[in-house]
Amino acid sequence: MVSSRWSDVGLRCLSAVTFLVLWQAAAGAAASALLPGPATVAAALVDLVLHGRLIADLGITLLRVLLSFALAMALGSAIGILMGHSRRVDGVFDLWLVLGLNIPALVLIFLCYLWLGLTDVAAIVAVALNKVPNTAVILREGARTVDRELLQVADVLKLTRGRRLREVYLPQLYPYFMAASRSGLSLIWKIVLVVELVGRSNGVGFQLGVYFQFFDITHILAYTASFVGVVLIIEGLGLRPLERRLMRWRA
Amino acid sequence: MNALEVAVTRKAYLSERGETTALADVAFAVPAGEFACLIGPSGSGKTTLLSLIAGLDSAYDGKIQLGGAAGGRLGMVFQTPRLMPWLSARDNVRLALDHAPDSAARAERMLREMQLGAFLDAFPGQLSGGQQRRVALARAFVNDPDLLLLDEPFQSLDAPTAQHLRDLLLALWSRRKPTILFVTHDFREALSLGDRVLFLSAGPGRVVLDLPLDLPRPRAPDGAAVEALRKRLLESYPDLLRGLPSARESAA
Repeated sequence: MVSSRWSDVGLRCLSAVTFLVLWQAAAGAAASALLPGPATVAAALVDLVLHGRLIADLGITLLRVLLSFALAMALGSAIGILMGHSRRVDGVFDLWLVLGLNIPALVLIFLCYLWLGLTDVAAIVAVALNKVPNTAVILREGARTVDRELLQVADVLKLTRGRRLREVYLPQLYPYFMAASRSGLSLIWKIVLVVELVGRSNGVGFQLGVYFQFFDITHILAYTASFVGVVLIIEGLGLRPLERRLMRWRA
Repeated sequence: MNALEVAVTRKAYLSERGETTALADVAFAVPAGEFACLIGPSGSGKTTLLSLIAGLDSAYDGKIQLGGAAGGRLGMVFQTPRLMPWLSARDNVRLALDHAPDSAARAERMLREMQLGAFLDAFPGQLSGGQQRRVALARAFVNDPDLLLLDEPFQSLDAPTAQHLRDLLLALWSRRKPTILFVTHDFREALSLGDRVLFLSAGPGRVVLDLPLDLPRPRAPDGAAVEALRKRLLESYPDLLRGLPSARESAA
């Protein structure tokens, strides 16, 4: 098992190196400011970290990601679980859900800014609302598959509400929480950038907009690389180990 | 004193084909410490009756009373082990105990008693079918229940494993003396285990025969004493026992 895990890591490294090599080769062939190579982008990145406002932008963007992620997961899970358990609730909200899934992100962003003003609250609400229907759909599926026979065991053992939730009910939903978290994180950080571009004066999205106006592809890529890097770290050091821990009984 | 008093006048449920009566006029009592077997053909409402007694379903006419005024502690073993796949064997057994400081130690002691000392940290998926059922038995016994309900707990196991588990159950019962209601459709199993056998008719289920057994233990399900009794009962009550799979098969 250990050796297979190491060969897995090796494969990932090889894939990353291949990507960089192809990128460098393409940049060399193009020899144009429209496609800077990885070395140029890396140099710009270092410069931005040392002398620019990248760290501050990254910080504020991550905070927005985190808050809207938490809000969307809490709201979406609650709605989804209720819908999964009650046919009546499902009947009432199903149409809303379809509507929510199909409203373009940009429309929700505009509406939130217009209704709530150009504030951080509006930004976070807009991002969260974009993710809520998706979380609700996933958790509704989860709630529908909950094993009633195991809940009967909890009844017979007269478990307290807390233990029933922690030890019998929620573990059945963990795979669905994990799926919603992962797809949520990638969806949310994409939308946060749009929200920042449209209505904030700081953050990664705002900076990207500025560089776009100057045709500064090197810095656009440097900001993108830093952000993707952070998201990969969250995934690798946060979500993946968490999933391994929650799912170890499946091994 | 009776540990269990059942007087269900009617239990029906709605299905696509309309209302089906599962139980009609089922009445019996089980004295404290008795090992009672409940036997009946499939569709006679055995599992339904157990879920009424366990309090999983309260939509019925009649009355069910458990162990005196206090209500008594209840343990249950289902047809399938119904372990939580995400909990270790120890934590599955602990589920039946509140979070007292010694609950882990009690769970471990119980599992060792079931000869599962080497599997305390194993998840159910890593255990064999027989081992999973032993964990389920441990979970049912660990809080010293006054009344233990078992719903065909050893079906779909190979014969030696099932017999091993029956022996374990009898050993636990004679040490701790809970009242047991053991549901089965296997005639030999009922005759080899019980102090008494209650026969349920085909649906809607009714108690059609209440038979005390005074065979000395241990009794093997395929032993001569059980076999002789089985034949005698078949001759005395041929109609009654129709529909029981193991009653029909000829003695090999």
